[in-house]
Parts: sequence; structure tokens; C-alpha cells
Amino acid sequence: MAKQPEKKDEVETTGHSWDGIEEYNNPLPKWWVWVFYICIIWAIGYSIAYPAWPGIKSATAGVLGWSTRANVAEEIETFAAKNQAINAELASVELASINENETLKAYAISAGEATFNTWCAQCHQRNGAGVKGAGYPTLSDDAWLWGGTMEEIHYTVAHGIRNEDDDDARYSEMPAFGRDELLEPEEIASVVNFVMTLSGETPNDASGVEDGKVLFEDNCASCHGEDGKGDRAQGAPNLTDAIWLYGGDYDTIMETVTNSRFGVMPPWSAEASPAGRLEEWQIRAVATYVHQLGGGE
Amino acid sequence: MGILDKHQVLEKNVTLLAIFAFLVVTVGGIVQIAPLFWLENTIEKVEGMRPYTPLELAGRDVYVREGCYVCHSQMIRPMRDEVERYGHYSLAAESQYDHPFQWGSKRTGPDLARVGARYSDEWHVDHLTNPQSVVPESVMPKYGFFSKRMIDGKYIEDVMKTHRFVGVPYTDEMIENGQADFAAQADPDADYDGLLERYGDNVNVRNFDGQPGVSEMDAMIAYLQVLGTMVDFETFQPAPSR
Repeated sequence: MAKQPEKKDEVETTGHSWDGIEEYNNPLPKWWVWVFYICIIWAIGYSIAYPAWPGIKSATAGVLGWSTRANVAEEIETFAAKNQAINAELASVELASINENETLKAYAISAGEATFNTWCAQCHQRNGAGVKGAGYPTLSDDAWLWGGTMEEIHYTVAHGIRNEDDDDARYSEMPAFGRDELLEPEEIASVVNFVMTLSGETPNDASGVEDGKVLFEDNCASCHGEDGKGDRAQGAPNLTDAIWLYGGDYDTIMETVTNSRFGVMPPWSAEASPAGRLEEWQIRAVATYVHQLGGGE
Repeated sequence: MGILDKHQVLEKNVTLLAIFAFLVVTVGGIVQIAPLFWLENTIEKVEGMRPYTPLELAGRDVYVREGCYVCHSQMIRPMRDEVERYGHYSLAAESQYDHPFQWGSKRTGPDLARVGARYSDEWHVDHLTNPQSVVPESVMPKYGFFSKRMIDGKYIEDVMKTHRFVGVPYTDEMIENGQADFAAQADPDADYDGLLERYGDNVNVRNFDGQPGVSEMDAMIAYLQVLGTMVDFETFQPAPSR
């Protein structure tokens, strides 16, 4: 039989015995009992201070009046109030002068980056890298479809491109030369071969280049220019710089000329955007941010 | 004989212990759960909430089937960082027609509670087909096969009946026209007046994936484009104290 541990004070056993093994009926440790009681008291206090007990129509609100909704509204309010002065300044100064005021410029770039990463980066990528071949333009180079000055970038962000929500959206539409049968397939092939030479590429079929040049002058030059350098007023891309929105290989240009492209950018101004998403100071901040990415004019 | 000794009666009789344990849990359950059925501020009444259209419902089924909720939550919490990134915090009413709700508990990807109308349909096609093409750092799998899986809404009326059984207010008319509405929403050339009449004007009628026919891609994008857009927060102000 195992030796029983010695107990100084006599403690009762629970009374039962299995195979001679008995169990002491020790009381709970005092510290544990006190923590237990304190927890109960704390819970009562907590349920008085914070929303807790359900009633018939509503629950008790708690004497502290705590509410997640009120808290978040207050927090947003606090930050809005802190930035209110500089936001107002940003929204009212001359666009061109933002870059001359170091404090304002630093704030605009920082706020613009946050806004850009929330709303613009999904298409234009972080740092305005764009998506090659997918029609999401790179914003960090100095090739601009519609212009790269503060004013032009601001206008594009505010009104967007080819959208239906804003009557002032930038708009241009390249004809679908193939789909709408404006040119014969062979003619399109010639034009594509000529366009490839504009940016120094080797054309698929050099024999079509001469015909293509004539066709280009008749059909394309009114927007893209005689020299193919494009026209920002119409959003007509420069075809000589080897920078391509959808791709510069033969098949892709063929697709572009045959079916045209119709890239859409939503408007972000509070008046035009369906959701009224960005305020004027945010649009200006984004414009400042994009302007300094590398290609601002 | 103190109260602790009386407690021994329960401790030593397993049937009594089970009965009293059940009673204690019942009280806890009643206090916690039952009030939610009558408290007025559990689900505040908001304007604009409507049941999902048949096509959106089909897209929602694809969303659940693919386990999107494992990586994407649909619950914007009332915190400044979330409200500034995703939009207005979610209201209980906004998932009142979700069975089961898609709140989720894990964000590997972003919250989707207000993804509706945030991106273009074309972006969604690009992104679902190859997420890394537009978000290079994304770890999302590719769902290009949605485009190849054509669906005709053959069973959508049964799905709607099931949802009605659990409390979604689909009318007999909505269910009768389920399959027709299903097809009409993805075809802007079709006659979709009935669809708008039944579900209201806040229904996107478009060829969502730009391809002929109705594929899972159409259904999925129809669902994504309506998420979080039903309540107009320009006219609705939630009570701040709730």
C-alpha cells in the first residue's frame, strides 16, 4: 500500500474509497476564491458601464455612453478637423503653385499616395507602373496621352476618360477600321506594317510599308499626325515612341486597327462620380502625386 | 450544512447535474440570443435593400462554392482605417438576405462588402482570369474557367424557393420569372423591364463579361457589382448610438 502523504492539519476526506484510495476534500486556495469573486463584481460594474442588458425594445446603453459608431465618427471628425486648414488651402490655391509651396507639396504627395493606392493602384499599379498590354497606362514615364501638366492630370482625374457618368469626360474614339469595313484587310495590314516602322520596329512585311504610308496619311494622320507623333488634344497616342498601351507587335496593332480600343477611366470628382468619391483636395493631391512620379510636365 | 454541502447533491447525481446544467445554459442562451428577435436596433430599417436577382444569386452560389469567403470578408468594421479604405461600415440590414452571411473572419484579400461599382466589368474579367496581371503581388488563384462554364439558371427557381423558405421575401412572381430574369440581366438587348419592375431600378443590366451567352463569369461579376451598393448613404444616416 502506498504511503499516505502527511498532513499537518486534519482534512476530511470526501468519504469515498476505491481500492483503498481516498480523496482529501481540500478547500479551494484563498487567492483563487478572491479572484473569482472580484471577477463577478467586475462583470457587474462592466455591464453597468457599457451596453449590456437586453430589454424589451432596446438594450441598456451603459452609463459611459460608449458606442462604436459614435467613436468612429468622432475619430474621423478629429482627423478631418486637424487637416481641415491644409485641405482647404490645397483645394483653393492655383494648381501650378502647389509645387512651389514645399509644405503643401509634401502634404499633397503624401495624401495623394494614400488616395492613389486606395482608388487608382488597382489599374495603374503602385507607383503608377501601369499594366503593359492591358490598356492601363503607365503614369511614371513622360509619355502622356492627354497631357502631363498639373492642369491636365487634374482634369483627367476629375472627369475621367470615355465614361458615361461625366459629360466633361475626355472623349475620343478611334474608328474600327476593320470591323466597320472602312479599310480592306490588306490595307489594314499595310498600315500596320507602316506604323511599325514609325517606332523603328521591323515590319512583318516590308513591301506593304509604302502603301501603308499613303493610307496612314489619308486615314490616320488627322489624329495621329503626319509624322505619327500623336495629338494630345484628341488623346491620340504618339506612335513613334515605342511605348504601347496595348502592345506594339504586329498582331496587337492589327487588332487595334481592326476593332479599335475604347479604354475607360471613371470620373472621381464629387459631382460626376456616381458615388461622389473624391473631394477636390483629394483630386489635387492625386494629381500632385502623379505629377511627381517621373513624367510631370 | 452550508450551501457548498447542498451543492454536493448535484455533484453526486449525474442526472440532476445534467438537468441543472441544461437550465443554466438555457438562461444564458435566452439572455443572449432571444432579445435579438425583438430588439428594434438589431437590424435597423434601411431603404434600398432588395433580395438578390436570380443572376446575382447564382453568382453568390459560385462565390460560396469557390470559398471566396475564406480569404475575403464582407464586413467593414466601424473603425477609421476600414471606413476610409473600404467605405461606410457595414450595417446588419445589408446582409439580411444573405443565407448564409458572408462576413468571413479572415482577410488574405481585401474586404469585399462594398466592392460593387468600384471597378469596371472589364477589370473584373481581367482580375478573375489572371489576378496577377492587374495586382502583381496578389496570391489569389486564377478563375478563368468561369468564362467557359455556361449556365442557364435551370435550377435558380428552386434556389429562390429555398431562400424564401428561410425568410427572403421573394414573391411568387419573382420565382415564376426566375429563369427569364436570370437571362435578361446579362443581355442588355433583351426585354428586361419585368426584371426592373420586380427588383427595382438599382439592377445592373449588362453583358458583364462581354462574351455571348451567360457564363459563371457573368453571374460572379453581377454579384460583385451589387455588393454594398443597395443602401444609398447620401440619403440614409445610421443612428450614431447603435
